[in-house]
Amino acid sequence: MAAKISALRSQVEQALAGRVSAPFTYRDRNVFPTVATGIPEIDALTGGLPRGALTEIFGPACSGGTSFLFSALGARTGHDEACALIDGSDTFDPCSAAAAGVDLKKLLWVRCHSIEQTLRATDLLLQSGGFGFIAVDVSDISPKLVRHVPLDSWFRFRRAVEDTPTILLLLSRESNAKTCASLVLQLQGHAVHWRKPGRAADSSSGANTRANSYVGDERHSPAWLLEGLEARAEVLRSRMQPPAVESLAHHKVLPLKVSRNAGREAGAIFKTKTNWDSLGIASAENKSK
Amino acid sequence: MAFASIYVPQFMVQAVLRTEPQLRAGALALVDGTPPLVRVIDANDSAWRAGIQMGMAKSQVAQFLGVEIRNRSQSKEAAAHAALLDLGWSVSPRMENTAADTIVLDLAGLNSLFGSDEEIAGDLSRRALSLGLATNVAAAANIEVAIHAARGFTGVTVIPDGEESRRIGVLPVHVLFPSEESLATLDRWGIKTCGDLAALPLLELSERLGQEGVRLHELARGASVRSLVLAEPSLSFREELELDTAEEELEPVSFLLGRLLDQLCARLQARAQAATAIHLRFDLGDLFEKDAEIIKRNSPPDDNQKIYRKGLTLPVAMRDSKMLLKLLRLQLQSDPPPGSIVKIILVAEPSRRRAAQSGLFVPSSPDPEKLELTVARLAKLVGSANVGSPELVDTHRPGEFRMSRFRPPANEEPPRRKSKNGTELAIAKPAANEPPSRRSSVGFRMFRPRLPATIELHDGVPSRVFFRGVYGSVIAASGPWRTSGDWWREDFWLQDEWDIEVWVNSPSARIIHTRNSFSALDSNPQQQTAAPSGTYCIYFDVTAQSWFVRGMYD
Repeated sequence: MAAKISALRSQVEQALAGRVSAPFTYRDRNVFPTVATGIPEIDALTGGLPRGALTEIFGPACSGGTSFLFSALGARTGHDEACALIDGSDTFDPCSAAAAGVDLKKLLWVRCHSIEQTLRATDLLLQSGGFGFIAVDVSDISPKLVRHVPLDSWFRFRRAVEDTPTILLLLSRESNAKTCASLVLQLQGHAVHWRKPGRAADSSSGANTRANSYVGDERHSPAWLLEGLEARAEVLRSRMQPPAVESLAHHKVLPLKVSRNAGREAGAIFKTKTNWDSLGIASAENKSK
Repeated sequence: MAFASIYVPQFMVQAVLRTEPQLRAGALALVDGTPPLVRVIDANDSAWRAGIQMGMAKSQVAQFLGVEIRNRSQSKEAAAHAALLDLGWSVSPRMENTAADTIVLDLAGLNSLFGSDEEIAGDLSRRALSLGLATNVAAAANIEVAIHAARGFTGVTVIPDGEESRRIGVLPVHVLFPSEESLATLDRWGIKTCGDLAALPLLELSERLGQEGVRLHELARGASVRSLVLAEPSLSFREELELDTAEEELEPVSFLLGRLLDQLCARLQARAQAATAIHLRFDLGDLFEKDAEIIKRNSPPDDNQKIYRKGLTLPVAMRDSKMLLKLLRLQLQSDPPPGSIVKIILVAEPSRRRAAQSGLFVPSSPDPEKLELTVARLAKLVGSANVGSPELVDTHRPGEFRMSRFRPPANEEPPRRKSKNGTELAIAKPAANEPPSRRSSVGFRMFRPRLPATIELHDGVPSRVFFRGVYGSVIAASGPWRTSGDWWREDFWLQDEWDIEVWVNSPSARIIHTRNSFSALDSNPQQQTAAPSGTYCIYFDVTAQSWFVRGMYD
């Protein structure tokens, strides 16, 4: 019996020779090396971004997705990794990205104008290889169009990055990659922070969480500055085993709950800050005065 | 001291065969002259065997089945000669450019590098084949003996010192290049070989043939002594191909480009060089009707209309002909030539090939050659202006940037410094070890093109806003922040900018904003009050007297 099994094994191995290197060797696809996102709260929540896997971040407009993207790009370019951004609707702002710490020289920006271009560009970059981080931003493409992307496209992308050190990040308004994503994170806008000029940050700031023009106990004034946004992140799906984080020596890492129901409970709130001194979108000197 | 002579037999035919290697198997006759007096000037062995004769008219040659006819091409001969020179310089810096089909190399000091003279001669023959040339190679201690042996013996010949007279004695007299008159005289005397000529008494020979007789006698004995006339090394890589019939389709032209690139890369390899740029030029025949009209309208008539140029600038020096062909094809497909092609010229800018030592512990980086191809494909997909690295420009104009070429981070070990005890230490980059900041910067999404907006003002402050399906009340506004600049230019700007937080009212927008948390809204009143709002940057363009949305804080 054992001899028959052995013969059968060798027969299968010979048939798959050249295509599959070791068909009977178990490969644990849930063990991913992870890297920091640049946002400590998210790193504590998820364990970081998995390499060799597809990560999906989705949420409505103004929910912090772009801030998350800039943080991740800043962290990766800071580590001398080649990064690529496939911008589905040409909305990337280099000025604010540079202000967020993204080294633009290490970023390949592909400005697409349709979902077809976006998917084709993603295919080309994944085939090229060598990139440490590839972000696909389809946030401003109509959700209806993105929803019609066949699931096998996402599956193909996932397979293309498997066993490579590439982090593939999909940024969208809705969850589209479904089970192809190893980590799915939902973002939700939580609050907008305004600050009275001339006072130190956080000392007199207030957050708009209700539909009125009051900030804290004071009526909002046009002279106030936009200080930052606050967003809430929830892990909807994670295939990762408890992470072995590369760069989280400075932060306490929370154990990640893997089950779906438990995953929905896992959430974190992170804050972003407007960097008026270096942001080029407006007269920085005027706003910071 | 030894010299090696490399001779290309039937040089004109080989120059053609080098660009059309598929003709090697068949019979080929080369014709030249002004119509209708076009005559055969050379042919390959198969053609001679088929009955082709020197001076035969082209119309007569056309009667032979299976004999290909080609016009003599001086550009192909020039390229073949350049390849022959590259072959010589690939082995020795001391080289004589004896004739279009002959070069002589000084082999002194090369034995320790390449082996014995026999091995060097064999190596030269193999290298010549890789450049598309079948050659005779002869090595001897005497320059003239090496030249004559290469012209007379097929393949590789090595003549030991002292045997020159005996070895070249069997060669026919014409290898010594006597004048026609002297050759006829020698023929009348029955002198057929160099040995016969060397056996004649010198005094009587000089009385009858003069100084030429003395020279021929010296050459026949292998006793001529002269110095090598050194050629000046040059790094010029140019390949040309004239087409017998104008070609309109890109596909067959790509095939020819591939051949030229193969030859160009073989020559670059022979000189241990690689290309940093490739310049392509097409001489055009008839322009296509539509393009001809456009060109006529847009430019004054001159000869430049019939020249099409393309440049391929490479991020790293490379000599992979297949890769270069793919890049050229992508460029040609995105901007095809406006007419039929009659001549192709390829010029390579040479440079030393890159030598990089990758580090084991540095992040992986895209292969520059592969990346160049990917970027070219992306440029074809989205337009060349839409691929690259963004670069900030020194201006306050909102949203201003330019695209530059993407250069991946060098995959090299970090620079090292010496420690006090002399050991080398890697210099760590500060960014790699710094703890991440506690608060990230707000991301901003720029709407391109800018979105027109309808804004309602209350006491000069935006109170309601409507743009691209977003309709809502402004619950917080910050501004106006006036910016202006470039007043001396036509496209100056003068804007009053506001940052606004909008409570979205429109049902469609609410669905878009809250689709993913819709089910949770009813059960979670806190979320219900917080979810459907957005923070935008709007501005009033004073020059256009209109409101626009610049982008969204996200």
